[in-house]
Amino acid sequence: MKKTLLAALGLAFASTAAMAAELDPKDWPAVVAEAKGETVYWNAWGGSENINAYIEWAGAELKSRYGVTLVHVKLDDTANAVAKVVAEKAAGKDEGGSVDLIWINGENFASMKRQGLLFSPGWAEDLPNWRYVDIEEKPTIRTDFTIPVEGLESPWGMAKLVFFHDSARTEIPDLPTDARSLLDWAKANPGRFSYPQPPDFIGSSFLKQVLSELVEDPSILLKAVDETTFEQDAAPLFAYLDELHPVMWRSGRAYPQNYPAMKQMLADSEVDIIFAFNPAEASSAIANGELPDTVRSFTFPEGTLSNTHFVAIPYNAASKAGALVTANFLLSPEAQARKQDPKVWGDPTVLAIDKLDEAGRERFAALDLGIATLRPDELGPAIDEPHPSWMERIEAEWKTRYGVAN
Amino acid sequence: MLTRFGPPLAVALLSGPILLGLAGTVLPAFGYLPALGGESFSLTPWRALFAQPGIATSFGLSVFAGLCSALVSLAVVMFFVAAWAGTRAFERMQHLVSPLLSVPHAAAAFGLAFLVAPSGLLARLTSPELTGWTRPPDLLIVHDPMGLTMIAGLVVKEIPFLLLVTLAALPQVPLARTRALSASLGYGRIAGFLFGLWPPIYSQIRLAVFAVIAFASSVVDVAAILGPLTPPTLAVRLVEWMNDPELSMRFLASAGAVLQLAASATALLVWVVLERLSAAARDRFAAGGLRFRNDAVLRHAGLWAMSLSALVVAAGLAALAIWSVAGLWQYPDALPRSFSLKTWIATAPRIAEPLTVTLATGLAATVIALGLTLLCLAREDESGRTLGNKALYLIYLPLLVPQAAFLFGLQLLFLLARMDASLPALVFAHLIFVMPYVFLSLSDPWRSFDRRYDAVAAGLGASRRRALAAIRLPMLTRAILTAAAVGFAVSVGLYLPTVLIGAGRLTTITSEAVALASGGNRRVIGVYAFLQMALPALGFLVATAIPALIFRRFRAMRV
Repeated sequence: MKKTLLAALGLAFASTAAMAAELDPKDWPAVVAEAKGETVYWNAWGGSENINAYIEWAGAELKSRYGVTLVHVKLDDTANAVAKVVAEKAAGKDEGGSVDLIWINGENFASMKRQGLLFSPGWAEDLPNWRYVDIEEKPTIRTDFTIPVEGLESPWGMAKLVFFHDSARTEIPDLPTDARSLLDWAKANPGRFSYPQPPDFIGSSFLKQVLSELVEDPSILLKAVDETTFEQDAAPLFAYLDELHPVMWRSGRAYPQNYPAMKQMLADSEVDIIFAFNPAEASSAIANGELPDTVRSFTFPEGTLSNTHFVAIPYNAASKAGALVTANFLLSPEAQARKQDPKVWGDPTVLAIDKLDEAGRERFAALDLGIATLRPDELGPAIDEPHPSWMERIEAEWKTRYGVAN
Repeated sequence: MLTRFGPPLAVALLSGPILLGLAGTVLPAFGYLPALGGESFSLTPWRALFAQPGIATSFGLSVFAGLCSALVSLAVVMFFVAAWAGTRAFERMQHLVSPLLSVPHAAAAFGLAFLVAPSGLLARLTSPELTGWTRPPDLLIVHDPMGLTMIAGLVVKEIPFLLLVTLAALPQVPLARTRALSASLGYGRIAGFLFGLWPPIYSQIRLAVFAVIAFASSVVDVAAILGPLTPPTLAVRLVEWMNDPELSMRFLASAGAVLQLAASATALLVWVVLERLSAAARDRFAAGGLRFRNDAVLRHAGLWAMSLSALVVAAGLAALAIWSVAGLWQYPDALPRSFSLKTWIATAPRIAEPLTVTLATGLAATVIALGLTLLCLAREDESGRTLGNKALYLIYLPLLVPQAAFLFGLQLLFLLARMDASLPALVFAHLIFVMPYVFLSLSDPWRSFDRRYDAVAAGLGASRRRALAAIRLPMLTRAILTAAAVGFAVSVGLYLPTVLIGAGRLTTITSEAVALASGGNRRVIGVYAFLQMALPALGFLVATAIPALIFRRFRAMRV
């Protein structure tokens, strides 16, 4: 009896494994059929309520349209989800993993790709909604932090570093126009600027922005860090931070933990200039009553950091079909337009508006981007993300220099 | 009889996971973890650990926090009890402070953070009128490098705990007679109490004090909310390492967990030395005939410190309650410009799942813990042996060993057994922490039960089991339900076990609240902190309401 039971169980496992192996995004109806009834554990940063609400909406839509149950596993750091997959691989759990979908980009993607932890071969470009994606104008969709994406992750939104200030308190002519003038401004207004403590990605992004502006030869950022010259290459960045920290909020002895914390600090009048990786953050915070409606955005005329964020599927995901259906739904004009609405989230779309049909274009045209959001042509040039190794190396160096300074 | 299995089961349940978990932590700390490619023993994890920048500071902070929190909270409780035990003020304060025990640490920490921050409620109430601050001053109060705010946050939560264990010990000393005697000899109230009554009381609450030290030196949630950031305490860094995507960091994290064990042990050792020193000092004062008659200042300081600690927690929670319904609330407005239920409405559907997990886990762990405790206590009666002091240490083991030191190992074991992120695993992990508290709160009333009732029942021909079911359990309903409420409150407040064993899939109100705290959204934190607080309060309400209902016709059973 026991033996037959075990055999039956073994068979059951074998058949699911076989099905998983046969899963082919090109045969979309089969994917949708298999996804029905699956539960997708989506590991995504959970520190922002409007994003959580958006994910919840997506879950409700997926449930009613495809019978897919979406569970948002709220992370405070995406690295935790990567760690989970790493641990599962180490424990030999090559199927039925606990993570089905990850909100990811940059060094987490690079690390998963390098360690072979992603569902492959590339599936993203086979998704039915891929045809709307703006691969012409948005190069970061196919190279994530200089790493070729190769269809291993599906784009979800665009990000650009934008600064915010409260126009009721800080006059416009005073506003910084690059990292250097930001430092001058901080010196003139001590204690009124800060950045999230790395490895928070907004904080690390600020470091990369400064590095990109100050580095002597920007082309070295497109390659992996050269250890022999790293010290010299990064010297301008750390010289800058050495000057900045003493005039920063709490003299650099404490840091906000992430963007929402900075948003609260602007509302509390603890700081005067904050920044986000989403041009519509301020409009969305005004709509939520978190910031006063006198908040305005600005960017650096010489350009700010810009990238794309994605969703990826781990190699051992238990519900790959459900994850594919989710990724495809997130790319739909409907989901993308809703995401770009500042009342919901305000995250810029990855789609090319001119590739959409009439109804899709109207959805985007109808959006009111909000009083504090810059128009796309006001956002300034985009600075490419450095190779992920720079982020890792700079974060480590930051921790040694400032993470333990008491 | 079934009861025979009680004590071994309880001991296995409490020490088993800890020992297995410790093994799962210690082996990787020395490089052995075949699943992650560690096939042989080495000191590499230790070298990596000691190469971490600021590791000594983190270690020192943990030891310092453990010692200071225990020292301050014990001093407040000691002076308060010494000065006021037996008075009306004491009774009133006791009713005021006891409910605070059920406030989860994280909720109290959020409240404190918003109260004392430069843009916090205190500054808003006094600015700009009293302070002249039109903008919040640039002061490092929360996250201060010495961890003083964190220690304050721990102290206000440990005071109710130590007060309650002291209250349990108090009836066993001749309070009124000693007071009269020492007063007639001319001793001040505090000196008389400390010389005459404190030593036997302290020896009874000593383990609880040890638990406070171990907890404060290894706490994660409070340290993450209030503690220093550059660098954080050891426990906070451990969790970071454990969550690092780099494989090799697991070894480093395990070594760190062993170091955490050492940090807590160091704090305990220093404490034991302090005990000796203070006992010697007390003996000197006593032998020197010092009477400390004019202790009015100290007496009132004790009362004030006690009131302040309760007030801080209450005010912090009230502030968070306001945040949960606040519209735009800018510094230095004392109150929000507008109120709205938006946050509650937006959060409500998202609460359902963590709420279900919180309730299911808490109730299951409490029921199991209660069952086991009753088995153990009934066994005590049958065998005539109370658990000796050594067994008591075992009951306290989950409270004395830093959570981080064995939970990582336990998590790994669950992972290897493919049991992670399952409700049974979570209930089991909670049970480890719920059981000791249930046992502790039930054992005193159980042991002080008047055995003559059993004798009468036996004389009337009732079997032992019938006497238990018909006489003792009903008479102890109140104590049993209170113990259950304590257990449930402990489960609601557990953070690290939930995060590690629940693996992010099973979330409770507390794990959600701490995750949201990283976002700094006070409105949402307000909602979660309110729920965190409401759940245990509800438990205690049920524990008082049920006996009142059952015994409404029994005059002698009313309080």
